[in-house]
Amino acid sequence: MTGEGAGEETQSPSRLGVFIAVALLSAGVLGYEILLARLLAIVHWHHFAYMIIAVALLGFGAAGSLVAVLQRPLLGRFRWAFGIAALGFGVGAPLAFALAQSLPFNALEIAWDRAQLGWLFALYLVLSLPFFSAALALALAFRAHAARAGALYRMDLVGAGLGALGMVFLLDALPLADALRAVGLCGAIAGGVVLLWGSMRRLAGVSAVLAVCAGLALPAALPDHWLRPHPSPYKGLSLALTAPDARIVAERHGPLGWLTAVESPRVPFRHAPGLSLMASAGPPEQIGLFTDGGAPSAITGADDDLRYLEAETAALPYHLVDRPRALVLGAGGGAEVLRALRHGAGAVDAVELNPDVLDIVRGVLAGGPGGQWEGESVRTHVADARSFAARSSAHWDLIQIALVDSFSAAAAGVHALDESLLYTVEAFEIFLDRLAPDGVLAVTRWLKLPPRDSLRLLWTARQALEARGVADPASRLIMIRGWKTATLAVGLRPFAPGQIASLRAFTHDYAFDLVWHPGIVESDANRHNRLAEPEFYRGASAILSPDPEDFANRYKFTLEPATDDRPFFFHTLKWSTLPELLALRAQGGLPLVEWGFVILVATLVQASIAAVMLILLPLLALHTRRTPDAPARWRVVLFFASLGLAFLFVEIAFMQRFAVFLGHPLYAIAVVLAGLLVFAGLGAGAIDRFARLAGRRQPIVLVAAGIIVVGGTYLGLLPWVFEAAQGWPTAGRLAVALALLGPIGFFLGMPFPLGLKALGARAPSLVPWAWGINACASVVSASLATFIALHVGFTPVLGCALVLYAVAATFPLQAADAPR
Amino acid sequence: MRPTTVGLVGLLLFTACPAAAEATDDPYAEARAAMVREVALDAERTAEWIGKEKLSPRVMEAMGRVPRHLFVPPELQDFGYLNRPLPIGYGQTISQPYIVALMTDLLAPEPDDVAFELGTGSSYQAAVLAELVAEVYTVEIVQPLAASATDRLDALGFDNVTVRAGDGYFGWPEHAPFDIIVVTAAASHVPPPLIAQLKPGGRMVIPVGSPFLTQQLLLIEKRKDGTVTSRQVLPVIFVPLTGGH
Repeated sequence: MTGEGAGEETQSPSRLGVFIAVALLSAGVLGYEILLARLLAIVHWHHFAYMIIAVALLGFGAAGSLVAVLQRPLLGRFRWAFGIAALGFGVGAPLAFALAQSLPFNALEIAWDRAQLGWLFALYLVLSLPFFSAALALALAFRAHAARAGALYRMDLVGAGLGALGMVFLLDALPLADALRAVGLCGAIAGGVVLLWGSMRRLAGVSAVLAVCAGLALPAALPDHWLRPHPSPYKGLSLALTAPDARIVAERHGPLGWLTAVESPRVPFRHAPGLSLMASAGPPEQIGLFTDGGAPSAITGADDDLRYLEAETAALPYHLVDRPRALVLGAGGGAEVLRALRHGAGAVDAVELNPDVLDIVRGVLAGGPGGQWEGESVRTHVADARSFAARSSAHWDLIQIALVDSFSAAAAGVHALDESLLYTVEAFEIFLDRLAPDGVLAVTRWLKLPPRDSLRLLWTARQALEARGVADPASRLIMIRGWKTATLAVGLRPFAPGQIASLRAFTHDYAFDLVWHPGIVESDANRHNRLAEPEFYRGASAILSPDPEDFANRYKFTLEPATDDRPFFFHTLKWSTLPELLALRAQGGLPLVEWGFVILVATLVQASIAAVMLILLPLLALHTRRTPDAPARWRVVLFFASLGLAFLFVEIAFMQRFAVFLGHPLYAIAVVLAGLLVFAGLGAGAIDRFARLAGRRQPIVLVAAGIIVVGGTYLGLLPWVFEAAQGWPTAGRLAVALALLGPIGFFLGMPFPLGLKALGARAPSLVPWAWGINACASVVSASLATFIALHVGFTPVLGCALVLYAVAATFPLQAADAPR
Repeated sequence: MRPTTVGLVGLLLFTACPAAAEATDDPYAEARAAMVREVALDAERTAEWIGKEKLSPRVMEAMGRVPRHLFVPPELQDFGYLNRPLPIGYGQTISQPYIVALMTDLLAPEPDDVAFELGTGSSYQAAVLAELVAEVYTVEIVQPLAASATDRLDALGFDNVTVRAGDGYFGWPEHAPFDIIVVTAAASHVPPPLIAQLKPGGRMVIPVGSPFLTQQLLLIEKRKDGTVTSRQVLPVIFVPLTGGH
């Protein structure tokens, strides 16, 4: 027997084999999700990657629906059905990616060409197949082993957690094509374990061996060229490689991105964002540096002609502080470090998040004539910028936040959904704490028209200064703009007349415009790079007036500062403005739309519609006998949809919180996601014992109470704990994080298997449908959580999750008199 | 076909234009006239930002003469007169006609002008300029695009356009200074050599944005005294401030 309801099969697989296969398959699926996000971010853009994966994951819901309808024949051939579905995932995962990237989908053309919607749909379909295949196996396993739902869910979650953790390491260790094959291997082994573990008739056994061999061999046999991501021809790397003799001279893969360095001897790469029109010289010949095939930046040598570094708005702070001790956040290819040295900085601390960037820069500069910039006066640190500042006790005369993202991405609003913990009020407070008494914090951003994030930056600085008790923040702020960039300078003390004179000389020499400085008047602004009206100056004046809210309410874009709870600095689109922009799309309104946001809404709408269909459709075919004991179907929907939504709400809200504390985006996946899943798995495995402890009470009520109490306590407790432990070494902070994730994760793992087990006892035929409902709700949940956080913050996301657990507990599926 | 004033003027001028040698049998004539009408309408909608109700009649006539369908890949010819950017291969696009018209209008081309273009691409912008100025010098990084542009312009009789494959960063000193410069290749900055090669009184236009999404146009003007000013022109009629502002 594979379990209840699976009695038709005579030669059943080992139950242990099924459980191991479930863990392997879950590991493969989560690894595949993370890997696909990387691959599609390279081929297309990361916001499209997000939407494509979200919709493709609906394959899970579809599988739940199919198993709900076809459970009898599938359970009758459980071993083959599970085995082939798992093998299907193993072969399908790499193959689907290869096929997906061969489709002529052009994300950039989607607003102009309706045919692109067809290709997008084809992409969804192709990429949903491996998820569908894996889910078919998993849904079958849960149907067959509903009575042991807790133990099975434990394997499912622990597998998923280890899959997430494993992929972080694999991305570092293997080329992307091999990482795809490794994911496929998980499916093939899972299929092999179920098909080959235990006795089987000879002919069937031979067939099974052949199937497993094919499953193992096929991913390995796929050519590298198919599995390697090929960036869209419109991305910076592809364009750079169209130059004659251009070639990739260095390349690194890692969980933080795919880095490529490009040398172009005949049409040399030259990168100087927003260089003054009065510059006497352009940048020297550089090496192009691309992340995920886009986001172009440059590697510059220390011995090159670096005059151009004086002619960008980012040089502003060096006209306010003399020969500073500087902290450069975002070392990248070295431009900001070299700018500091060129302006006489005594010592430079350069922080870079991605160690691969520094490796590439060192390698490229060692092999060329440019010259290394690391040395006695420049110390490099591999760390997250904000976290480095938060944990340091040093003070700098200048903290310079480099311009690290690309203009086209910023202009098209593709970062709208990116959580940035660098540009929040709390982050600015940390940076101001690390300044010497006469120090300056300088931030350079791309210039957007109409003015949006530059005004938001100004307001963020104002709030950070006010939080430090500064009564007259306007006296400590300076902002200038060129035609493509804007730079903000924040002083701890009011800027002196000498500094203002120096600033004015600098902007005059390089034809930059004054946006704000203490004592500015309207006629000082909008002189060189003219707009129809002095909008930047007027916006700055309003933001620094006693009532910025009044201005912000009337402004067509959101300007309120980002905070750690709503860290969406790049999201400035207001709903009320959207119809106007769409109406003007052919006249240039389109780039203002913020594609990240539009895609989020599109994802949410598509996922919701598909989820409702996938949940409702099986009902038409589910002609199961209604036993008197079976729960009403609306209760099944309510219970499992609540859990599906709530679990991811908690996961996403905590990942955000803990990412701030742990200070590195990879820890958010490796520790928070994996940790939460593994702890949840342990909780799932303990439901039987927990039910016994609950006695005559409904266990789900106790579990929900546990989640609400722990979750609610964390809302108040976490800021305090995080502040106390912020300065601890990494190992200490990881330990604190895991200790905190343990209790909440443990409880989170229980409701779903409790529900499945209860349903399995009362109406086993509804189990796959319930599993599908949960899967569909999970897909919707990811977009919905971001949507809620964008509008009201992550704390309300967590609040919603706690309410949903309360809803699930109010409508339990376990019969009141059922044995515990 | 229902001729409009613009369409008629365009057709009349076709007879004097090498590109219009086959105009009488041109199956795309009506589509081209419709495109020009649409561009005129777009210009009216954006009058507040571009500072005028109508684009220069010379520019509109040039737009009505140049056979855009011959500047796109053969399989896209039927879409050649849609007011939208189209892909031309090598990660490049032919710009939206409205943007081409607006850019050309901002350059205020005169018949004796000499123009330089960085980024030939499809060579459509060069062809429109060639209708309006004495000489056009254009440089394209991608060799196959430069070669096809040369062949196309030759075949259409644009003998006042010279295409060169290579690095346009340093302009074309042999033919400098220029009255007009267009930088259509995506650039992080305006190459200082190009500013140096712009004549006093000259104008330079740079579209800013990403492929398929031109967000704004940067117009650079060199005064007679050699100082440089720039102006951001948003094609979109979008008023950012409300209420009392």
